[in-house]
Formats: sequence, C-alpha cells, structure tokens
Amino acid sequence: MTPELKGEILLGLVKIVVVFGALQLIVMNIVWAERRVSAWMQDRLGPNRVGPQGLLQGVADGLKNMLKEETMPANAEKGLFVLAPALAFIPAMMTQAVIPFASPLPVRFDWTWPLVGRIAYDGAMPMVIADLPVGFLYILALTSLGVYGVVLAGWSSGSKYSLLGGLRSSAQLISYEIAAGMSLIAVMILSGNVSLTAIVAKQQESVWFVFALSISFVVFLVTAFAETNRLPFDMPETESELVAGYHAEYSSMKFLVFLVAEYANLFTASALMATLFFGGWDIPFTTWDQGAPTVLKSLVTLVLFLTKTLSFCFVFIWVRWTLPRFRFDQVMQLGWKFLLPLAIAYVMVIATSVYALDLAGVAFGARYGAILFALNVVILYLVFWLLDRGRLIRGARAGYRPAAVRSSP
Amino acid sequence: MTIGVKTVHRPDHEVSYLRATVKGMALTFSHLFRPKVTMQYPEQTSAPDWTISNRWRGTHRMLTDEQGRSKCVACGLCPQICPANCIKLVPGEDEEGNRYPLIYEIDEFRCVFCGYCQEVCPEEAIHVGVHYENAEYDRDRFVYDLERLCAQTHPVSTLWDPSDPKGE
Repeated sequence: MTPELKGEILLGLVKIVVVFGALQLIVMNIVWAERRVSAWMQDRLGPNRVGPQGLLQGVADGLKNMLKEETMPANAEKGLFVLAPALAFIPAMMTQAVIPFASPLPVRFDWTWPLVGRIAYDGAMPMVIADLPVGFLYILALTSLGVYGVVLAGWSSGSKYSLLGGLRSSAQLISYEIAAGMSLIAVMILSGNVSLTAIVAKQQESVWFVFALSISFVVFLVTAFAETNRLPFDMPETESELVAGYHAEYSSMKFLVFLVAEYANLFTASALMATLFFGGWDIPFTTWDQGAPTVLKSLVTLVLFLTKTLSFCFVFIWVRWTLPRFRFDQVMQLGWKFLLPLAIAYVMVIATSVYALDLAGVAFGARYGAILFALNVVILYLVFWLLDRGRLIRGARAGYRPAAVRSSP
Repeated sequence: MTIGVKTVHRPDHEVSYLRATVKGMALTFSHLFRPKVTMQYPEQTSAPDWTISNRWRGTHRMLTDEQGRSKCVACGLCPQICPANCIKLVPGEDEEGNRYPLIYEIDEFRCVFCGYCQEVCPEEAIHVGVHYENAEYDRDRFVYDLERLCAQTHPVSTLWDPSDPKGE
C-alpha cells in the first residue's frame, strides 16, 4: 500500500466520523428547531429551558428516552420488530455520504506512524465522503431501502394501526419515488452526469437548476415531502386515524431511532435539493469559489451549503405547521395522476429544448440557462393554473354518489 | 328517499387551493414574529392579561379571631355536607360551654374542592383558598390539621354568588 493510498483512507475515515457526527448534531437541533418554530407560529415559546435558548433539549430528550422502559408487544414478530428501527436508521444515515458539502480543501501531511508506516497526502481533498459515479441514483436506491424499515415496523408490531401505517407508507413512498426519479431525469439530461459533484460544477458553469429546471424542482419538492413522511403527506403516521402509525408500538430508544431517521431523511432531502437545484456549495455571482482551493474557500462554501440546506429544513417545518393533511386517495391522485405525468412530459420538453438549443448552437452557459428559464416560467404558469381547484384536483362533487347509494330506492 | 344536495358556485378566488395555501403560509410566517402569550411560570407568576379568578377553589384556610384562635365552633355542618367525606372533626367544650374543635383535619387528597364547607359554615371559619402551589415531598403532609389550616395566609375564595352569577 502506497503512503498516498493510506493517507486517502485516513482522510476518508476522518470525513466519515466528522460528517456522521455533525449529522447527529444537526438532526438533534432540527428537532429543537421544529419545536421552537412550531411554537412561534402558534404564539408560544417552545422548549427554552435546557441550555441557552433550549438548545440542549435534544440531549435531555435522548437521555429521557434511554431511561424509559422498552416495551415488546405480545403479538410482535420479535426479530423484525427489533430490526426495523435499524433498517430505517441506517439508510437515512448513509444517504449523506455522496453529498458534497464544501469546495475542496487543501490538505498536506507526511507522517510516519508505528504499525502503519509512512502515511502522506498532498492535494485538494474533495469535501464529500464518497464521490460515487452513480451519484444521486445511490440516494434514490437507499431511500427505497428505507421503506423496508417502515413497512416491517408496521407489520411486525402485530397491531392494526401499525399495519395500516406501514401499508400506507409503502404505497405512498413507492408512488412518489417514481415521480421523484422522473423529475431527476431532467437534471441528468442537463448536467450529463449523475454524480453530484459534476452537477454542482455544471450549475457553476451556467445557472442554478432551479431556474433552468423549475418544474423538476417543484415536482421534487413535493415528492420530498412525501418521501420524508411529513405533513401534508404524513399518511404513515396520521395521528388522528392511526394513533402514531407504524411506530405506535415502539417506545424508548427504538422510537428515538425512528425519530432520528425521520429527521436525517429530512436533512438529506434538503441537502439534495440544495445540491441539485440551488448549486450545492456554489456562491452565486462570483467565480472566486471555483479557483485554487484554500481553507477559507472551504469554510465559506460550507457555511453557504448549510445555509441553503437549513433554509429548506425551515421550509419543511413551515409547511408542516401550516397545511392540513391530504386524504389518502388525494395523495395517490396527486402522485399518479398529476406529478408522474407532469414529470414525464417535462422530461420530453427538456430533452427537446436541449436538443433544439444544441442545434441552434447556443453554448452551455448563462444564456442557455436564461432561455430555459423563460420556457419554465411559461410552463409553471400553465401548471399552477391547471393545479388549481376544479381542473385536475377537485373536492367533493355534488353529482357523485357511490354505487351502493345509487342502487337503493 | 334521496338527499337534496345544493351545489354552491363560488368564484375562483374564493375556492382556489393555491391562493389559500399561499395565504396560510403567509399567516403562519407572520406569526413567527408576533408577541408570544406564554407566561414563564415559575419565574413569572402573573401577566398583564392574566389573573387568577377570585372564585378559585384551592386548598383550605381556617380563619381566626383576634386572639388567634380558630373561628370554628365545631357545629359539625362541614363534615356533614362534605361529599368526599374528607373532613375529620372531633368537638370539644370548654368550662364556659363554648364548643371548639379538638381535632379538625382535612385530607386534601380526598377533597374535591366543591366549596360546600365554606358555603355551609355559619361562623365563616373554614374557607377554600385562592391558592395553587401545594407541592409536598410526602403524602402525609396533605392531611392538613387545625394548626396548619389556621397558619395559611393566602386569600380566600369568594365562591359563586347566585345573585351575581357572572361576578360583576
């Protein structure tokens, strides 16, 4: 093993520890932020006792949950019941691995350690745990795996509420994954690559994809709400109908693991939106951040990336405490009858316009993005006109009566 | 028999989902910055727009006369009327024939805070209090004896007055 390879392995391990540690911290504070923001929106104060501004509330909650009694329902399928939280938690944590969170950091060391021998690194370290060539496909694959945790939790609990929650989540997540994947095809067409680092680089070259691919962004935003099981799509846990849905039977740390997985998913979805559509760690209106890597650049871009991501987290929280829940058939209707056809049609539109722009000889850059943005504004207007009441989605219809009622005298 | 369904045709701007959504989002966002109504209880025990009602029925207090003796004449009406049976009264009589309580105990855990004892008392001795901070370290401490009832200093309830039902 060469010293350089050893150096890379060491840096990789350091990055894994730092990123997952930071993710846990962030998740803890998103829980706190959710409680505070929801309280403010309801003219309350929220948790403000533990630590400054209540920031240590997450620690207190974690400790409390560890000390609580673990319950095992009598009808539970024991092995799967214990395994399910891990199945939900691990994919939620692993998705973070491919998201680039800052510009490359210059690292240089040359040490000789006992047992390991000479270990060295010299150059720009990419600020991503693993820049996989499969990029966001990896994230889509892992979020599909996350469904197993929820479904198995629902089934193995041996409770009808949990089972219904699990079933609903499988139906919902699978439906919306298709629309999410379809909306990302447009991103793939424009960037020519699925690697997130390459997508960020492409956005630096032209415009942020939120302008060039607005419809994709809208579709992905809606599906992200559905994928993270958050209001208005929290069908798997609907408090009013299913008590707590798939985790109704869980207590103590097992419940907390579901909670952490849910918020880690929320953070990943936000980070993914920031990366795919808002330029990732890119600083707008300057090319300073793309020059030779320095520590300062890495820090500034890291802050910018976190700002973008946490803004999306705020949007998630904001929407959750504003909008009421969909009915289940409306969720399915929106997913299959609206988002999926829209995403497919949009892929065609984008493919055609990219082909046309290439034929017209427009170079990939800011002007290219501006033309696509103009196109998107037109489509956005049409879509939102269509989406409004009475055209595609409708409320209760006066003329509609179920067959049973119609046949009765 | 069928149910007649009336269809209401409202204009677009009233039934629009999107406009309603945007309006709702704006409303919740504006609430982020509004003054909060929470009273931070242990540090803050009163707020400008909050007072405890003077008809509040909390733990009891026995009123005393000028010599510091309880006003109770041990007539036995309060244990008689108490629906929770939480008042223990053993009457005694001094050499001048004045009745007084030898034992007067109220079990605050059994008490349902109906206020009948205060209502029925001919001497206006026993009262329910405008008071809610009752925490103790021991269950036994919740049986208040006569000495403790006399030692309470909190304001007493005015109860509900039938001639002034809204407390005006």
